Amino acid sequence: MKHILSALVLNKPGVLAHVAGMFAARAFNIDSLAVGRTDDPTISRMTIVVVGNDRTVEQVRKQLIKIVEVVKVQDFVGQDMVARDLMLISVACSAEKRPEILALIEMFNGKVVDIGPKFVMVEVAGPENKIEAFIDSCRPYGVKNVVRTGTVAMSRYNRTAKSEE
Amino acid sequence: MSTNENNTGETIYKPGSEVIVDMLLEQGVEAMFGYLGGVVLPLFDKIYDAPIKFVIPRHEQGGIHMADAYARATGKCGVVIATSGPGATNLITGLANAMMDSIPIVALTGQVRTSLIGNDAFQEADTTGITRPITKHNMIIKDPNQLAKSIREAFYIATSGRPGPVLIDIPVDMQIAECPIPPKKPIELAGYKIRYQGHSKQIAAAAKAINEAKKPVLYVGGGVIISGASEELATLAQKANIPVTTTLMGLGAYDQNRPESLDMLGMHGSAYANFAVQNCDLLISAGARFDDRVTGNLETFAPNATIVHIDLDPANIGKNIHTHIPVVGDAKKVLAALADVVEYKPRKEWFETIASWKAKHPFQYDNNSDMIKPQYVIEELYRQTQGDAIITTGVGQHQMWAAQFYKYSKPREFITSGGLGTMGFGLPAAIGAQVACPDKTVVNIDGDSSFNMTLTELSTAVMYKLPIKVVLINNGFMGMVRQWQELFYHKRYSQSSLINPDFANLARAFGCVGMTVDKKDDVAGALEKMLAETQPCVVDFRVDPEENVWPMVPAGKSLHEMDGLDIFEMA
Repeated sequence: MKHILSALVLNKPGVLAHVAGMFAARAFNIDSLAVGRTDDPTISRMTIVVVGNDRTVEQVRKQLIKIVEVVKVQDFVGQDMVARDLMLISVACSAEKRPEILALIEMFNGKVVDIGPKFVMVEVAGPENKIEAFIDSCRPYGVKNVVRTGTVAMSRYNRTAKSEE
Repeated sequence: MSTNENNTGETIYKPGSEVIVDMLLEQGVEAMFGYLGGVVLPLFDKIYDAPIKFVIPRHEQGGIHMADAYARATGKCGVVIATSGPGATNLITGLANAMMDSIPIVALTGQVRTSLIGNDAFQEADTTGITRPITKHNMIIKDPNQLAKSIREAFYIATSGRPGPVLIDIPVDMQIAECPIPPKKPIELAGYKIRYQGHSKQIAAAAKAINEAKKPVLYVGGGVIISGASEELATLAQKANIPVTTTLMGLGAYDQNRPESLDMLGMHGSAYANFAVQNCDLLISAGARFDDRVTGNLETFAPNATIVHIDLDPANIGKNIHTHIPVVGDAKKVLAALADVVEYKPRKEWFETIASWKAKHPFQYDNNSDMIKPQYVIEELYRQTQGDAIITTGVGQHQMWAAQFYKYSKPREFITSGGLGTMGFGLPAAIGAQVACPDKTVVNIDGDSSFNMTLTELSTAVMYKLPIKVVLINNGFMGMVRQWQELFYHKRYSQSSLINPDFANLARAFGCVGMTVDKKDDVAGALEKMLAETQPCVVDFRVDPEENVWPMVPAGKSLHEMDGLDIFEMA
């Protein structure tokens, strides 16, 4: 089962290496990992998607919080939360296909961020399945390049990093 | 001499090297171990004048094992220094060893100056990168303002909670720069919180389970020794009338001469301990982590038991085995709380069953041959010391015999590499323990292969006039490997036999007393002479080369499926 873990960590060099190394050393699989600063510049948030049974993920959570620079870990499973991925995708697009593709982009609430004679670059944000569906929809035209951030998530009780400590 | 405590309430400034020494003195460091090198010269210049006992090993690995054993013998934090590059990488085994056994060590490593970091400078290595998975915490100082603060934090992290090694990498320019010493304040780390107090509801549930149990067993590990909980354990076991088995790391946590003691459990544990665990209805674990060498096949481990797991490290709970009553907390506090509320139960039937297992399957060996049996040497050592000694070991057969045939009654009497299984630990460990306890008899029970790995430290013992003793169980093999090859690889002794030096002569060349014993009748006399010796002393016992450690749970088997229980019955 897929779990989204959200960890507040000290914004210091080596912390990401520590977390990533711990996952590798203990043979846990990371599906995606997104890191960014919070409103407090000394604290970063890592959103980690892991696949495993409850016992494995519980062990992941405990091993994470054991790292001295990790301040807090939350497992979003069973919680009311918002999860989003951001993707930039470049799709092959000739002039005659353009209307068709633009319609598709609109259906997915995507945004054209660059365009050329043979391609279009699109920004799409949303839940992971929507992102996957968009990629699938683009395949017939030819997907040239995909960049994804990995999932970020927040529980619906809108709390800031500081109030969670 | 520098003032070592900043009680002025104001920040004072000093060169980094002086700040480091001040911080070590502030932390109460009395002895430390370490090896010189280019980028730690500023620091060693200040150590020259410091009122700290300093021991130079012959190799950094020896130094960190000494600091490790110093910590194990005293309960204080061990301190080791190494230079950058190879100095730091030579600490790796020792850091991993301390990490696995939860031993508090602060390791200070030199680093090339900050402007050179990342340029592949001479003797540069990414020390924090390399040591991250084998330290409880590590840090590199790139800002003079962080030096004093980081050293205080390092000692705090190393010694609090579940202890472990903490490494601070200090570039040489930070040792020269003016660094502040802020006034001492209680340390608060955002991501580091420890729950020493067990949850009262969980403790009540554990107490209820104990009072209702017909066949309970206490299974305790090194955590009980670290937490200083031996007295609380004794009170609980004796008040509630519960048999106690310990792990290898837990030996000494409970007096093995007491009737409740089941001795060690596990792969080479006693049959009665393993049978008791497999038949118990309640297993109360404290400061132990259900290691594979203890549990055997997890699927069939303690199949009928309710499991209470007391551990300070929440990650240990539920890691290997499903726990019915988890208690996160310090063993000392939790065991004391339990002892307050448990009731005495006679459990006559349970103790009778255990007594019959004890009578039927004691640790035993066949002493009728002419050859020296390793077990006999260790039994005789115990008879002569009466247990009044610190025993250290290497890793392998001799380590298991030292666990089986020597009885430990107090914590910190047995110093061994449990989790990592580091061959070569014994001799430097004996030196560290002797530095910590100058008036105690310290004996390293070692194997020839383990001893070969770090025997250069004999010259450290000679240099500092440390009268450590080495009881060398010399079978000319990597004994435990040979035993596995005999049992599981059709006696194909691939690369497991050695041609050894003449250890007694070698010891004499180092300046130690050296003896060789190859007759059974000479064992007692040699040990007597060794124990009376005031110089470092090595006794090379040429033992039966193909003696095996029994009983044994083969890897993957259930804990009660022990081989070697009946091999002496015919004799």
